[in-house]
Amino acid sequence: MTRLAVALILSFLASLPARAEVQIQEVVSPGGITAWLVQEPSIPFTALELRFRGGASLDDPDTRGAINLMTGLLEEGAADLDARAFARTLEGLAASLDYDVGPDSLSVSARFLTENRDEAVALLRASLIEPRFDQDAIDRVREQVLTGLRSDAKDPGKIARETFNKMAFGDHPYGSNYRGTLESVAALTRDDIVAAHGKVLARDRLYVGAVGDITPDELGVLLDNLLGALPETGAPQPGPADVTITGGYTVVDFNTPQSVAIFGQLGVEQDDPDFFAARVLNQILGAGGFESRLMTEVREKRGLTYGVYSFLLPRDHAATLQGQVASANDRVAEAVSVIRDEWARAATEGVTPDELTAAKTFVTGAYPLQFSGNGRIAGIMVGMQMLGLPIDYIATRNEKVDAVTLEDVNRVAAELLTPDALHFVVVGQPEGLETTEPNEG
Amino acid sequence: MTRLRGALGAFLLSTASFTSAAVAQDDAVTTFTLDNGMEVVVVEDNRAPVVQHMLWYRAGSADEPVGSSGVAHFLEHLLFKATDTLKDGEFSAIVAANGGRDNAFTSYDYTAYFQRVAADRLGLMMQMEADRMRNINFTDENVATERDVILEERNQRTDSNPRALFGEQMNAAQYLNHRYGVPIIGWRHEMETLDRDDALGFYDTYYYPNNAILVVSGDVDADEVRALAETHYGVIPANPDLPERIRSAEPPQTAERRLIYRDARVAQEYVSRSYLAPERDPGAQRAAAALTLLAEVLGGGQTSYMTEKLQFESQKAVFSGAFYRGVSLDDTTFDVVIVPAPGVSLEEAETAMDETLVQFLVDGVDAEQLDRIKYQLRASQIYARDDVDRIARRYGAALSVGLTVDDVQAWPDILQSITTDEIMAAARDVLDRNASVTGWLTRPDTSEVTQ
Repeated sequence: MTRLAVALILSFLASLPARAEVQIQEVVSPGGITAWLVQEPSIPFTALELRFRGGASLDDPDTRGAINLMTGLLEEGAADLDARAFARTLEGLAASLDYDVGPDSLSVSARFLTENRDEAVALLRASLIEPRFDQDAIDRVREQVLTGLRSDAKDPGKIARETFNKMAFGDHPYGSNYRGTLESVAALTRDDIVAAHGKVLARDRLYVGAVGDITPDELGVLLDNLLGALPETGAPQPGPADVTITGGYTVVDFNTPQSVAIFGQLGVEQDDPDFFAARVLNQILGAGGFESRLMTEVREKRGLTYGVYSFLLPRDHAATLQGQVASANDRVAEAVSVIRDEWARAATEGVTPDELTAAKTFVTGAYPLQFSGNGRIAGIMVGMQMLGLPIDYIATRNEKVDAVTLEDVNRVAAELLTPDALHFVVVGQPEGLETTEPNEG
Repeated sequence: MTRLRGALGAFLLSTASFTSAAVAQDDAVTTFTLDNGMEVVVVEDNRAPVVQHMLWYRAGSADEPVGSSGVAHFLEHLLFKATDTLKDGEFSAIVAANGGRDNAFTSYDYTAYFQRVAADRLGLMMQMEADRMRNINFTDENVATERDVILEERNQRTDSNPRALFGEQMNAAQYLNHRYGVPIIGWRHEMETLDRDDALGFYDTYYYPNNAILVVSGDVDADEVRALAETHYGVIPANPDLPERIRSAEPPQTAERRLIYRDARVAQEYVSRSYLAPERDPGAQRAAAALTLLAEVLGGGQTSYMTEKLQFESQKAVFSGAFYRGVSLDDTTFDVVIVPAPGVSLEEAETAMDETLVQFLVDGVDAEQLDRIKYQLRASQIYARDDVDRIARRYGAALSVGLTVDDVQAWPDILQSITTDEIMAAARDVLDRNASVTGWLTRPDTSEVTQ
């Protein structure tokens, strides 16, 4: 008993966890492509992360979903390899090439062995520069996308997400599903796919991170070979979105025992001077595991849900603060009411010094724990570049968190958290909740 | 010191071939047993100052008393409440205050608790985990509230998801006499009755060091882990009355079962079939290794037999696949699934899938495909070294179901040594319709109303 108490005190007095020791170097290829590299020769493979800013938000409104479908087709045949030959070649190299797209970027996460790096890079190059977009592959992958969209239409969480985005972002690309609609995807032609490729895969929006068994010189040669043939420019970025959502409730009827609610309001941009204060505030409000106020009040005290979270979502063109909860139809109204009360309590009363200390310790202590695994580090480095952060950011980031004061957090809480502007989209058959008119909020 | 050794090792590894790389991976693993019977596995990786501390209990939902389904998982939730020295919620709060994350999970054969935290906090994690092994002290109010939480969890995971409800029915039909037929989270009507005595009964039977496996991975030194483990866990007495792990066994399965699950929320209909299949057994893993490769060859990816036949050639499917999970204490399943293309009925899809399985038994294994799969498995041992937490989970799960460290370390070589004949023999054995369940996931049949 005593042993436990003593050790706990010691742990709080002990110095903060070690700083992440990540040695990043900037590499500029002979052809002028910039990458951030961490050399990690202890395991004979390399993780390479490429991201193209804009992603699916570069779609034309009338061909919504083209960029998503195009992304799915990058691994479905390239140069002289059809889809099946491409898959066999990739398997034979024991490499992995993952292509993904979202509202802000198209990402390529590659992992290949040192012993066959050149062959793996050649295959990746073919998929990016010379994708075939064969009609039979288009039709096959299109059907997979449509299958996903049909599933989304019956998934309460996805319905809530789509409804919320439409209300929050309107006609901006953020306001619609980047996978498209059943109608728009069904109508896509091969020309639309080729055009989508040209919009996104260009050098002026490219960010690169590499971690693994590769030298700066080797990486430079690799980058020119892999990406040198990409066009210089693509489609213009969409520009900022107006966050148009106002307070209130939107109920979408869906026959299921448990309602899903997505809630949100305006947020904070990543480059805002108050971003770290908002980050710490959200840690206390709803981002913490079991410790956040929302989790404590909604789950631990009342058993109203299995999980409730809030999160800052600072996207390229709009920043929101959002959250999600799921509760049985006859209990979700209480969960929503508790969440709104917590929003108001944080805005008016702020947070306590103890909460601030615990949140800062967590946010700073958790940071170095992210830097494990070559692929994960490559992804983090690309994210840093896209935000325009300096290359030594990792070493200074925790100082910015530590500099946040109680005054900062409570000021930001009062300014940012607007319970009256918080909108809840609830999908299910919630008892005691009804859609409000826009001006009732 | 540790860091230097890591750097030297790194140099040696980078010039190593596949074979020695595999040996090197095992070298990073140290195992020992404490005097009270607790097994310990340490997986070292000194590249980042992070540690993952996991405690696995050989107690899962299949060990629950009849009538209390869900109690293993319910107890897992209650272990985050008070102990004799920690307040309700303080465990996770301390982990978070140290920058760490904690959680737990329950399966049929095990329950595991873990924290991921800065490496110099390992002793604190062990101290708290050892504390809640024997000193749990939750209130009746905790029980009532947390029961609501697990019912909401069931709502979220299962009752809101037709695919999960369908899977529950498939399992219930597959197992005639074994507890794997009961869902891990529990049947709702039994979850609603779970109480303090149910949870404590399970706790006082199974939560002892001689029924636990400690798995530590990351920036640690095996000797240091041993010293900490002896200090924190070594002082807890073993349970001399730990029950032997014998469950009601399956009788011979002699009748093919079929079921249809109808739900208006179904967006995509499909056909699923599970066959009763052997699991990995200590010292006898060849049959399971052959089934592991069979699942890959038959339905493991873009170049698999089912994908070729059903997606590329006949185009009857949007998706098809085969799945096998060998890490299990008792009989597991081998599963195949087909998601029909538009305009293809479930009946046609099932027929196409069966024709493909029959034709596979005639055609056999494509040697080049098998070579590619084996090469990928060798490469996966290299990639695995970038994620020691995953290696740690692999040991934890294997040891929880009665496999040994030797079994885990022999597994990659056994996979490499499996022949096409063994794969085909495994296919002929496992694809036995009498030991199978075929399920259709579909929407309500509105035509019945008018008949």
